[in-house]
Amino acid sequence: MRKGRLVVIGNGMVGQRFVDALRARDSDDRWRVTVLGEEPQPAYDRVRLSALFDGVGAAELNLHTPDPRVRLRLGAAVTAIDRTRRVVTTTADEHPYDALVLATGSYPFVPPIDGIGLPGVFTYRTLDDLAAIRAHARGRRRGAVIGGGLLGLEAANALRLLGLATSVVEFAPRLMPVQVDTAGGALLRRYVEELGVACRLGVATSALHPGPDGVVAQLELADGGRVDADLVVVAAGIRPRDELARAAGLPLGSRGGVLVDRAGRTADERIWAVGECAAVDGTCHGLVAPGYAMAETVADRLVGGAATVPDADTATKLKLLGVDVASFGDAHGTTPGCLDVTFTDPATRVYAKLVLSDDAQTLLGGVLVGDADAYPTLRASVGQALPAAPLALLAPAGAGTGVAALPGSTQVCSCNAVTRADLDAAIAGGAADVPALKAGTRAGTSCGSCVPMLRQLLDAAGVGQPRGLCEHFEVSRQELFDLIRVRGIRTFSSLIAEHGRGDGCDICKPVVASILASLGTGHLLDGEQASLQDTNDHFLANLQRDGSYSVVPRIPGGEITPEKLIVLGEVARDFALYTKITGAQRIDLLGARVEQLPQIWRRLVNAGFESGHAYGKALRTVKSCVGSTWCRYGVQDSVGLAIVLELRYRGLRAPHKIKAAVSGCARECAEARGKDFGIIATDAGWNLYLGGNGGFRPRHADLFATDLTTEALVRLVDRFLMYYIRTADRLQRTAAWIEAMDGGLEHLSAVIVDDSLGLCAELDAAMARHVGSYSDEWRDVLEDPARLSRFTSFVNAPEVPDPSIRFTEERGQRVPAGTRETENRQPVGLGTPRVRR
Amino acid sequence: MTGQPRGWTVVCPLTRLDPGRGVAALVDGVQVALFRTAADLFAIDNRDPVTDAYVLSRGIVGSRGGAPTVASPLHKQTYDLRTGDCLDLPGVAVRWHEVRCRAGLVEVRLRKEA
Ligand SMILES: Cc1cc2nc3c(=O)[nH]c(=O)nc-3n(C[C@H](O)[C@H](O)[C@H](O)COP(=O)(O)OP(=O)(O)OC[C@H]3O[C@@H](n4cnc5c(N)ncnc54)[C@H](O)[C@@H]3O)c2cc1C
Ligand code: SF4
Ligand code: FES
Repeated sequence: MRKGRLVVIGNGMVGQRFVDALRARDSDDRWRVTVLGEEPQPAYDRVRLSALFDGVGAAELNLHTPDPRVRLRLGAAVTAIDRTRRVVTTTADEHPYDALVLATGSYPFVPPIDGIGLPGVFTYRTLDDLAAIRAHARGRRRGAVIGGGLLGLEAANALRLLGLATSVVEFAPRLMPVQVDTAGGALLRRYVEELGVACRLGVATSALHPGPDGVVAQLELADGGRVDADLVVVAAGIRPRDELARAAGLPLGSRGGVLVDRAGRTADERIWAVGECAAVDGTCHGLVAPGYAMAETVADRLVGGAATVPDADTATKLKLLGVDVASFGDAHGTTPGCLDVTFTDPATRVYAKLVLSDDAQTLLGGVLVGDADAYPTLRASVGQALPAAPLALLAPAGAGTGVAALPGSTQVCSCNAVTRADLDAAIAGGAADVPALKAGTRAGTSCGSCVPMLRQLLDAAGVGQPRGLCEHFEVSRQELFDLIRVRGIRTFSSLIAEHGRGDGCDICKPVVASILASLGTGHLLDGEQASLQDTNDHFLANLQRDGSYSVVPRIPGGEITPEKLIVLGEVARDFALYTKITGAQRIDLLGARVEQLPQIWRRLVNAGFESGHAYGKALRTVKSCVGSTWCRYGVQDSVGLAIVLELRYRGLRAPHKIKAAVSGCARECAEARGKDFGIIATDAGWNLYLGGNGGFRPRHADLFATDLTTEALVRLVDRFLMYYIRTADRLQRTAAWIEAMDGGLEHLSAVIVDDSLGLCAELDAAMARHVGSYSDEWRDVLEDPARLSRFTSFVNAPEVPDPSIRFTEERGQRVPAGTRETENRQPVGLGTPRVRR
Repeated sequence: MTGQPRGWTVVCPLTRLDPGRGVAALVDGVQVALFRTAADLFAIDNRDPVTDAYVLSRGIVGSRGGAPTVASPLHKQTYDLRTGDCLDLPGVAVRWHEVRCRAGLVEVRLRKEA
């Protein structure tokens, strides 16, 4: 049998899904497939496009798997279809077809406003669009989005993440006018404004004006108002790309789009259309789920099946803005005779509406604002008998009761038409976690909103899932970091209420405290944050075995003036502290009681000392050798660099402690290769080594980059540290982190040198924020009576020192006395024979 | 400790206690660790039986299963705040004491050793 020639125009989400579906069904190899895509990249997950601004790399969005049976031509825009000769033409060549599938998607609608063509005005649709936005945002301060729909709000969040003060201008009187009703819209507006996004609703943009540099600078509104913005994103809707079909004389829908029947076929029996460019029975859908359903249908038809396109699922959920909004089914209650159940809780600021059939037995649709936990279950229940009483479904715990109670025919994943029965079969077949379920059934691979239900089904089946951080959080530290960062969560209580269970513990609380500190959320002893700190961070000192604390002031690079050294001596003498020089070139003062800590620190701070963070999972020290200033071998100023680095990274909270060192020549007197980052001077600059540590399992750091200038070195270390902070597990030192990384050091280099994930600008910005916002934690405590009040021995007897802390003398200094261990302790034997008497 | 029944000792105003954190108090010469959780007050001995150091008041408060807990700041053994039982080491426990809040003041009454 001669193979048919199948040409697909467009390699977007639906075009790709169509090819995958066809390949999966075409077991007789009936079709030879050619895909012509206009974009330079193969298909990617457009739905998750905005994740690029949250540190997800473009590579992670890829949807395309190479298939030898499919010819893919990228950068190949089709310019015409000749239906008589049955060929399509690109700018370069011609492709004959026996069957043709149009999957050309949509283009952003750009309203004809004065000044809309100015530099600095962007659309929001492709990888290239986002790259251009990111590049333009650098150094800009204010952004505006024209359009307050789903896409506009997503774009507004993106601008926010790029550090721009952002406004949204929407012509309709409420945000997300298509999805939410008036009451939901009002609540949504409040949430969005609280995120710092200004909303101008019910007003059109009438013109854009440039600044002196010719770049857009201001929006003029129809009511005469003005909005300053040096970056503008237009998100005013999309239009189907039906130009090829139109030119080829194919009938279109009344509002555009290639007209197709329920089989997905156009008026020409050899031509089909799928995705956003297709108007099924005259209606286009701007969502991926209906497109996927069309792709499956047409694939089935092309191998001789009789599938038809089901009614479109237009459920949507707002992603990324940290505001829960969802709508599904007949959200606006257009079904004749339907009933509304609404639920408003001003205290928790939740608004929910369910639309029920006239007999109140069947769920038709709904709107949720403020808490969309119930969304996955509700969405899956549309068209079914209500699984519980309406209010029970909406109550916070309602989501949890959901999926296990639903019948097997329920579509759990609407994007990919996966039913509960499909998932149960996959679990029975050995799928033991969410990734395995995703791989086996495709459920959860598109919008992701059904993933919580996948977890519930695994739970219900009693299948073990990978352990989260602790019993309170099912996610890893990295996932927690992203949740907190992306959703803008600022307190432990809201985090655990929304994403965890119980009251927390000594594992998750310090992790969250550290993440909050890394994200720069104020002093660690303020408000609820104080209760998360472990005792070291809580008293900004290191707890010792006897309940006393040690004090370690920062001595950057190990360099100290005689005057400061004298102050340390005097303080140690006056408070009778045991004094020891540490391995990290500073001085440890031990044996301080809680109530003495502020007194000790007052004197130290007055003498110009600051916290050394010896108590924190944070940068400890940057040790140095004496370097070229004095040493006759030295080739660079190792002390100077160590001080610069220590001051730059001081106070930086991390998954574990971070140590560093700088040596002034290859003789390596500072033992830099035993550190998380070590630097060794060369004649031409600096060599950077990453991932070393001492301790229980010593490891030498690996050479990462050579002969760097100081500036280049600092940039690499900035990114290394920030990437570590974002992605490492709890208590994972850099060595273990690099080892666990897929691709190890090479991957790290791709990320922080070549910017393969497009993350560097964000990492740099995060470090700049850290450096700019540093302030000495101890000074901040001393200046604040509320913080100081924690440093008492007994809440009802602050004047009584803890009687259990007692000392004895050893080699002329005080050491703990009275604990079991000290009483039993033997003097250290010197290896000389005991003298018998 | 003597066998005398003891009375309630006023320790501090409730507002002095931060939710999710403990403080140490001296009650009839005994070091007590006093905790305020979101909904409750608890008192146990301040002495960590594993290390002999008086530090339990400085541990991190949380929950395990349904039990309110504190973890020793030294070696992280976790204690049930209601009973004083160590949830990690069988047979290890600290004393718990009675605590209540009256007119905004937190009061503690020592319990004799069981
Ligand atoms: C930022 C963003 C967020 C979104 N979020 C969601 C969401 O949460 N949920 C949801 O359901 N949907 C969402 N969408 C919409 C979703 O991405 C689309 O519905 C989906 O991509 C449609 O797939 P498609 O293949 O029809 O079109 P596209 O993915 O746009 O693919 C069409 C492809 O065809 C190419 N093409 C067009 N004309 C030609 C030609 N003449 N020759 C060659 N190639 C051509 C285009 O360059 C493009 O690559 C979002 C979209 C964006 C931009
Ligand atoms: S590393 Fe080189 S410069 Fe530094 S002290 Fe040793 S010999 Fe001198
Ligand atoms: S419902 Fe969208 S991925 Fe499953």
